[in-house]
Amino acid sequence: MATLEVEALRKSFGGVQAVRGVSFAVQPGEMLALIGPNGAGKSTCFNMLNGQLRPDAGRVRLLGQDITGLAPRRVWRLGVGRTFQITATFGSMTVLENVQMALLSHHRRLGQLWTPVSRMDRAPAEALLARLGMAAQASRPCGILAYGDLKRVELAIALANEPKLLLMDEPTAGMAPQERVGLMALTAGIARERGIAVLFTEHDMDVVFSHADRILVLDRGALIAEGAPAAVRADPRVREVYLGSGATQGGH
Amino acid sequence: MENLVLQALSGLASASSLFLVAAGLTVIFGVSRIVNFAHGSFYMLGAYLAWTLVTTLPRGHLGFWGGVVAAALATGLIGLVVEVLLLRRIYRAPELFQLLATFGVVLIVQDLALLTWGAQDLLGPRAPGLRGGTEILGLRFPDYELFLIVVGPVVLGLLLLLFHRTRWGTLVRAATLDREMVGALGVNQRMLFTSVFFLGSVLAGLGGALQLPRESVNLHMDLSIITEAFVVVVVGGLGSLGGAALAALLIGELHAFGILVLPKITLVLVFLVMALVLVVRPHGLLGKAPGPAHGGAGSAEPVIGPAPRPLLWLGAAALATAVLLPLLAGDYALSVLTEFAIFVLFAASLHLIMGPGGMASFGHAAYFGLGAYGAALAAKWLAAPMLLGLAAAPFAAGLFGLLFGWFCVRLSGVYSAMLTLAFAQIAWSVAFQWVEVTGGDNGILGVWPDSWAAPKLVYYYLTLALCLGATLLLRRVIHAPFGFALRAQRDSALRAEAIGIDAFRTRWLAFALAAVMAGIAGGLFAYAKGSVFPTFLGIPRSVDALLMVLLGGVQTLSGPIIGALAYTGLQEQLVRLTDLWRLILGGIIVALVLFFPQGLAGAARARWEASRGDA
Amino acid sequence: MLSVTGLSAHYGRAHILDDVALEVGAGEVVVLLGRNGAGKSTTMKAIMGLVPPSAGSIRFLGQEIAGREPFEIARRGLGYVPEERRIFAELTVMENLEVGRRVAPPGTAPWTPERLFALFPSLGGMRDRPGGRMSGGEQQMLTIARTLMGNPRLVLLDEPSEGLAPVVVERMAKAIRALKAEGLSILLSEQNLHFARVVSDRAAIIEKGRIRWGGTIPELMAADAVREQYLSV
Repeated sequence: MATLEVEALRKSFGGVQAVRGVSFAVQPGEMLALIGPNGAGKSTCFNMLNGQLRPDAGRVRLLGQDITGLAPRRVWRLGVGRTFQITATFGSMTVLENVQMALLSHHRRLGQLWTPVSRMDRAPAEALLARLGMAAQASRPCGILAYGDLKRVELAIALANEPKLLLMDEPTAGMAPQERVGLMALTAGIARERGIAVLFTEHDMDVVFSHADRILVLDRGALIAEGAPAAVRADPRVREVYLGSGATQGGH
Repeated sequence: MENLVLQALSGLASASSLFLVAAGLTVIFGVSRIVNFAHGSFYMLGAYLAWTLVTTLPRGHLGFWGGVVAAALATGLIGLVVEVLLLRRIYRAPELFQLLATFGVVLIVQDLALLTWGAQDLLGPRAPGLRGGTEILGLRFPDYELFLIVVGPVVLGLLLLLFHRTRWGTLVRAATLDREMVGALGVNQRMLFTSVFFLGSVLAGLGGALQLPRESVNLHMDLSIITEAFVVVVVGGLGSLGGAALAALLIGELHAFGILVLPKITLVLVFLVMALVLVVRPHGLLGKAPGPAHGGAGSAEPVIGPAPRPLLWLGAAALATAVLLPLLAGDYALSVLTEFAIFVLFAASLHLIMGPGGMASFGHAAYFGLGAYGAALAAKWLAAPMLLGLAAAPFAAGLFGLLFGWFCVRLSGVYSAMLTLAFAQIAWSVAFQWVEVTGGDNGILGVWPDSWAAPKLVYYYLTLALCLGATLLLRRVIHAPFGFALRAQRDSALRAEAIGIDAFRTRWLAFALAAVMAGIAGGLFAYAKGSVFPTFLGIPRSVDALLMVLLGGVQTLSGPIIGALAYTGLQEQLVRLTDLWRLILGGIIVALVLFFPQGLAGAARARWEASRGDA
Repeated sequence: MLSVTGLSAHYGRAHILDDVALEVGAGEVVVLLGRNGAGKSTTMKAIMGLVPPSAGSIRFLGQEIAGREPFEIARRGLGYVPEERRIFAELTVMENLEVGRRVAPPGTAPWTPERLFALFPSLGGMRDRPGGRMSGGEQQMLTIARTLMGNPRLVLLDEPSEGLAPVVVERMAKAIRALKAEGLSILLSEQNLHFARVVSDRAAIIEKGRIRWGGTIPELMAADAVREQYLSV
């Protein structure tokens, strides 16, 4: 069964159709990239998947279960991890505490009033950070972290939920080229190992073409192409609305 | 019928006057994001200055109208001086600190006005040419009121033209959205802010000056107008001129007719309206949800760690003093120490909402007062023993905390704070007006401790044990997952929701918990004083709590504790030493905001960390 | 035209800029390359007076501007286009341009909305649209247009290609070359070497707040070791 199935999703804002009938599916362990020009509806699409926006029409199913219009916190409970285009972490907490919060929430222990957080879920949080190469940063406050490191913290938070689906909105924006490749290789490795389905948007074509198993191209709210990287790259329509001649991007 | 028309007209006249003041407030807030408590003081100064000018200048049109205009302009200049000397330095400070600074200005202006014009009410002359009345539907209506009805819409029109049709207006609207960027485009944003502040203060001064023929000038004008102007601005939507006009109209008319229908309701009417509007429209009638702010945002809140060693020693020393000193103290000192303990808990409970919760409350005294009334009513009507009364206090406060909190925590920022104020005022007016049950203004007397706790020393130790225990419990909660979840939703609502935190429920329970703790403090206060009065839930007591937390610092729990001790002690001493305690207290508050923007505890912590040499 | 020497800046105790030196000549496009957090944006902000420099000299058109306020620096003919775009979301396109408008120095042809719409055609069709209801690419065009309304002699352009679709980046490159042809000097910051290469004359590489390498674009393209070490490409 597909991990995520999206069926005829629609959304308009004040008469403007931002997403008009988008359907696709993501399989366990698959890296699916969603690309397209600015304003094509990628973020809108994304925000409807985890409940930040309610679609006007269409269905979203997670492992066969209808999750359309559920609040983000309920979608998380069902096993969806999310990273944001502009990172969102708890700035007044350390890296470790951020991950602990995700673990505590996953174990439904956030209502506790007595035991200090410093004694709860510490070891698994440290293990997760070590896996992402962030062990050395564990005790630093998130508020002063470099942007690339924040992206890793977000990934650790998402993974703490033992997700079946990872939604990553521009996971490498603002990172240096080599960091980008490293992070996406790590993500792909974990996804395959644990059978996590990954849907991500991205503007760096190097990242997209080297890490996506499959690519969706969105333009003006509708899918205009879908398929393996090589086929999408060769598609004349995709070149016209999005990829361009390649003069200002590397490698294609 | 004719009466109703006249009543509607008089409502329009009040709405017009209210709009002038509210327009200035909303214009200043729109650009500087400063909640300017001193706006009411400018209104009062406008009235006093107009009185001086009009009574000194030769009689006649020129003397009167010239005096009014000159008073408005002079008020504008005073506002300008305050902006340049004080506010300009704190534009980057947290919102509540700015509010604190402007509150300091309120205190200073009150005493300066007292020194200049004295305590007696001053009566001004009537407006030349508008002394008579006009016959409307067979009844006479004062010409001056008709004139006021015209002034409001004219000023609204001029302001809208100014903001939407001039370059200055475009720049101001741009600065409202992103002040730093406006500067980077070559605009002297400092001058821009100062000019906006001047304009806003002129409007306040004009509003005050125009009251001269209507009512006497007195020292209470500032606080009475500022609450109403705030309500108008919030009901209309912060920063929205059209909204302020609409809200002024709504409140002016409701006032006019409310008096006819239900005279008792006038005290609380505006707050009922505000509560209703905010519950239905969380950003006011015409307000918009604020976007991400640029250039004014403070840095992230610091990480909360285990208390540093010196602080633990300091705490132990303070505790030893609190336990041992009373053995040597007399009755008066014991009452003062009892109050200290109570206010520490009161401030700590507010801190839970303001610090980890990231919400402001302008009405926290409601829960303190409800706790006190809970205990007193149990004692009076059920003849409950003291311990039962003390148990009733947090119960009553917590119940209303759950009820009011359910509405308040859905809102954010100033809106949420103003809704807490509205509920507090509603609670206050019930205590004030439901004479049969609460005794009204006379309060409930004879709420004395049981005989075993009657000695002051015993009662002190009881209070100390309960307040200390409750404060330590709050600390425990802050360090537990619940407290972290509370901070999580403050740091990033988006991320909190995305990891399964129910922000609403977390805030709501925290609000109720804070209410319970404030209720304990209130119950202890009732038995300490032997009586309860409506002032226990009044605005001044809410402001006290706010000052304690802000003076100490919101970042860690040590802040409100130090703040409560410092503020209570300071006020106590000042009132005993000098008549001009407002002037001195205001000056101290302003100085603290300027020099210790993180509060006393925050400053001490920063100094300690710097001395240890870690970044 | 712009000459930066010994520029340092601190954030708390941390050195974020250390002895930065840069030159931009008249009509030249210079790119500041480096990773995220290397100090590109901070250099831009320090030149503009938005981050206080702790040491060093910034001379623009022969005058010292270090320590001046942003609005004074802007008035001397230095334009700034920030990384996060920061258009005034509730103001229309025309109003956004009005905020940026400044009188042109004598003897130069001033920028007008009409001339800017010729440069960025997509903006011309949405004069009364609020900035908040434009796409990322359009907003980026508007920020540049807004800064040009001040008739600057030199523009600081902070990562103009970040987060834009490849086709939009190509349009942006075209616009920048057109501005260069008009004689405007530009200091650009970029991570996208492919884009930088197409529009710039010279490059400086910044890493951990220090300038590590400087030279022409052909020199950079020939220096494989430099690109490998600092830009990881």
